[in-house]
Amino acid sequence: MKTALENIGKAAAEALQSCSDPKELDAIRVRFLGKKGELTAILKQMGKLSAEERPVIGQLANEVRSRIESAVAEKSAILKEEQMSRQLEEEHIDVTMPGRKQPYGKAHPLTLVMDEIKEIFLGMGFDVVSGPEVEYDHYNFEMLNIPKDHPARDTQDTFYINENIVLRTQTSPVQVRTMETRRPPIRVISPGRVYRSDAIDATHSPLFHQIEGLVVDKGVTMADLKGTLEIFVKRLYGEDSVVRFRPHHFPFTEPSAELDVMCFNCHGKGCRLCKGEGWIELLGCGMVHPKVLQNCDIDPEEYSGFAFGMGLERVVMRRFNIDDLRLFYENDLRFLDQF
Amino acid sequence: MDLSMRWLNDYVEIDDDPRAFSEAMTMSGSKVESFRKEAEEVSGVVVGKVLSVVPHENSDHLVICKVDVGQGEPLQIVTGAKNVVPGALVPVATDGALLPGGVKIKKGKLRGAVSEGMLCSLGELGLTAHDFPYAVEDGIFLIEEACTVGQDIHEAIGLNDTCVEFEITPNRPDCLSVIGLAREAAVTYQKPLRLHTPEVRGCGGNVNDYLSVEVLNPVLCPRYSAKAIKNVKVGPSPRWMRERLRASGIRPINNLVDITNFVMLEYGQPLHAFDADLVKGRHIVVRNAKPGETICTLDGVDRVLTEKMLVIADAEKPVAVAGVMGGEYSGIMDNTNTVIFESANFLGSSVRTTARALAMRTDASARYEKGLDPKNTYGAIMRACELVELLGAGEVVDGIIDIDNSPQEPVRIGFEPDWINGFLGIEIPAEEMRAILERLGFDFDGDQIIVPSFRGDVEHKADIAEEIARFYGYDKIPTTAIRGIAKAQLTPEQKFERNIHQILQACGCYEVATYSFISPKYYDNIRLPADSPLRDCVVITNPLGEDTSVMRTTTLPSMLEVLSHNYNNRSAAFYGYEIGSEYIKKGENELPDENQQVTIGLYGEADFYTLKGIVETLLERLHVVDWDIRPEKQHPTFHPGRCAVLYKGDRQIGVLGEVHPLVLQNYSIGVRAYLAKLDINTLFALADGKVEYKPMPKFPATTRDLSLLCEEDLPIVEIEKTIRASAGPHLEEVKFFDIYKGTQIAAGKKSVSYSITLRSATGTLTDAEADAAVKQVLKSLEKIGVTLR
Repeated sequence: MKTALENIGKAAAEALQSCSDPKELDAIRVRFLGKKGELTAILKQMGKLSAEERPVIGQLANEVRSRIESAVAEKSAILKEEQMSRQLEEEHIDVTMPGRKQPYGKAHPLTLVMDEIKEIFLGMGFDVVSGPEVEYDHYNFEMLNIPKDHPARDTQDTFYINENIVLRTQTSPVQVRTMETRRPPIRVISPGRVYRSDAIDATHSPLFHQIEGLVVDKGVTMADLKGTLEIFVKRLYGEDSVVRFRPHHFPFTEPSAELDVMCFNCHGKGCRLCKGEGWIELLGCGMVHPKVLQNCDIDPEEYSGFAFGMGLERVVMRRFNIDDLRLFYENDLRFLDQF
Repeated sequence: MDLSMRWLNDYVEIDDDPRAFSEAMTMSGSKVESFRKEAEEVSGVVVGKVLSVVPHENSDHLVICKVDVGQGEPLQIVTGAKNVVPGALVPVATDGALLPGGVKIKKGKLRGAVSEGMLCSLGELGLTAHDFPYAVEDGIFLIEEACTVGQDIHEAIGLNDTCVEFEITPNRPDCLSVIGLAREAAVTYQKPLRLHTPEVRGCGGNVNDYLSVEVLNPVLCPRYSAKAIKNVKVGPSPRWMRERLRASGIRPINNLVDITNFVMLEYGQPLHAFDADLVKGRHIVVRNAKPGETICTLDGVDRVLTEKMLVIADAEKPVAVAGVMGGEYSGIMDNTNTVIFESANFLGSSVRTTARALAMRTDASARYEKGLDPKNTYGAIMRACELVELLGAGEVVDGIIDIDNSPQEPVRIGFEPDWINGFLGIEIPAEEMRAILERLGFDFDGDQIIVPSFRGDVEHKADIAEEIARFYGYDKIPTTAIRGIAKAQLTPEQKFERNIHQILQACGCYEVATYSFISPKYYDNIRLPADSPLRDCVVITNPLGEDTSVMRTTTLPSMLEVLSHNYNNRSAAFYGYEIGSEYIKKGENELPDENQQVTIGLYGEADFYTLKGIVETLLERLHVVDWDIRPEKQHPTFHPGRCAVLYKGDRQIGVLGEVHPLVLQNYSIGVRAYLAKLDINTLFALADGKVEYKPMPKFPATTRDLSLLCEEDLPIVEIEKTIRASAGPHLEEVKFFDIYKGTQIAAGKKSVSYSITLRSATGTLTDAEADAAVKQVLKSLEKIGVTLR
């Protein structure tokens, strides 16, 4: 019996040696270890053995069984591994083929930059306020120190609904409305659509967007105006931007200034982008005119403030190198998909 | 305003180069747009003296000249001009010379004869006979100026000025003049301003014998000054005057006209000259026009006047529209003997309204409408008379008519250096401020600043602060941060709007931006009935064109335009959305309601349910729940069988559907397209943003599938509502999963399948409990004609 057991062990080892697929392995397992397998058949004859032989043979049989079992397990692991590597090999795909894109829309480029500007000002403590686009002449002009027949009205060609109602030419009326309803300290920006009767061409549109800002508090100075707007420009265009404040005139601010940014392209030397000036006009600003404060029932002896305003379209055009303003309102997918 | 640098130097000595000058003036508040040197493109042209002129042997129209150009041998030059004579001084373009238009002159041969350059006409130098009235235009320019042979042409004929173009803001009409800009330059460069007081000798007589003046409306005409000139001799002006006019962009005409233009440029005060003999009754009345009165203006156009317009009239009729333009009838002729100079001040707003109403914007009206200094009329008219004498253009009659109703008391402003320093955020001594102001022409009376009459823009201490800041230097003001706590945040409404953007973009929609104004015809395109209240819109009285003439009462046409544009540019599919307002008219003198809408439009691989899916996703993500949907057959823009309105309770949220084929046709869209429009304020009001965590279920759910049979035209939302209402407390979810119409079931019926999920929070649901719930559902469904299939 001992020999028989050893033969079984040897035969199993040989069979496993040449085995190369899981089915065959299973057959080997059944053949040697199954209920009707060779080892079981031997063990069934254990009864015939003497009491002295029985434990010896029993031990041997267990040894053979466990040897075969672990060999089978080992082989099984090898075969599984082989099978997996074969499968992985077969399953290889061309990873350079394009992926399946999931549909995802995009924000309009005007919104993209508008949001960025809003975020900068939110970070500096400016609330975002809005107001009507169809506006009383009173708010759009008169409260801003631009009475009827004021020559400044010529510089903003206005769409009229009737004598007293206009399409707002600026978002400044929102500032007036804000000063009427909030008491200082005030720190707001008013973004939105504005209207001027400019014929449509590559650089003009009868409808465009503005962002205006207003700060009113005790002791606000022109140095604060410069500091605030300089931070804004550096956030928008980068820390190395250079700005200059140039005297200008607006009826609703005094002193007034225009803020120029040094041309990013030529660094002040003058090029095609800045029309040879070396500077690009970005926004208008100034200290809120005392008359405007007074109109809003804020005492100019106690409070002062500054205001600024800029057009959005030009900023977006420069950001993305867009040469025709009409593209914004044409909404061609081939345009919208680029941002 | 075009400023001649040479003219400027009469008043202040500026030796900076034009670029540095432009920069300095811009930074002190007079913005320079550009500058150009006269005849910059001309080079290599010198004065030559013609020595001899002989015929060309191979040509009967060419001549050969020997010309001395001041160095070496005389040049041989062939020309076709007939007016060249020996001894004449001529402009010679030598070998390598450049002329306007990029013309380059080279040595060459003409019909076999060597030509070492070209003799130039006025035109070839970029000039006209207005610049040199003695010269002819169709021949060589025979120079009569005092110059030397070989001299560069720029210097020789005074073609060497620099013109600086300023952009003057409307508050500074005083800077629309040489003197005004000279004052700014003098303060910028801290150099003395050399003002000049005109001196007039006069020839005796009395102006009152020539003219009488009556001002009937002193509000519109605060000051009227007039002088008379007799024995007028009309002729060309001298070279220095022509040069200054030319460099300022004004064409020289004759001495009298040139004088009025010259003084307008120098003083900023428009002057009007008219023939005294043509003033009926020698009497001038400054009055409002009579209704229906007309005038033929200098440009030859008949103008109908209104009572609001101020005119200069003689005893019978208007001879000029005050501050705008003179009448043709009273203009200066060659045979004019006596001229009246008028130097008047008119109310800016009145001139502006009149010029607008007559659609005549002139050099004079552009100045008057900004509000001129009444004190300036006197200096200007005296300067004009001085020039008349200087030019020998006539004899100045003694005396002046000067009707002055202008305010005499100057504006006074308290001088508060501390306030100014605090306002600007700077620390400069009071003396420095005082020095700046004094240089600008302000006076001091104790602690009061006296504002000069030409600075009508200065009314408040903030204006004084600006004067200080401009000349202290904006760039020297420090940069500081605003004090106080920053506590800004977006409002709930703004965050809600931001969410809409994010959700719709995640659904594959591109944001679009469209005009808020449309054409009223667009209402036809979307098939609005003629009596639709939406056709009553806010109308722009002065639109650019019909396409942008009314404020939209619906955003649908705008989105259809976008779909049409993309379809016709061959985009296979387009999913778009816009957040934009509709403008709903209220009373005539009330502002319209501006209702923000989110409008979704799409075409391509999509159907109604694609659009509805996007709308449902939007509502779900915005936490707008328990809304209701009803089929809508009446909306003219939509397919009557594929349109629905969304409600919550009685409140309409929006509309969605497939676009009506006729509307698609109107927009040349060749595929089915879908539109939805939801009112953002309504959505915001209905959104329930409260989110609360519910524990994960502990017990298993039981699912029952029901295949139901109902009438084909029953909206299945009714089935779902009934299930929800009747399934009892354990209902977790009702899910539609199939619909069938066809041969397997009776005609006129449809089969609809739902999966119902039931779950209890307190234990595993028994079959009996689930069956009971289903039984209850079926019983309720039967009441609306729905049975188990």
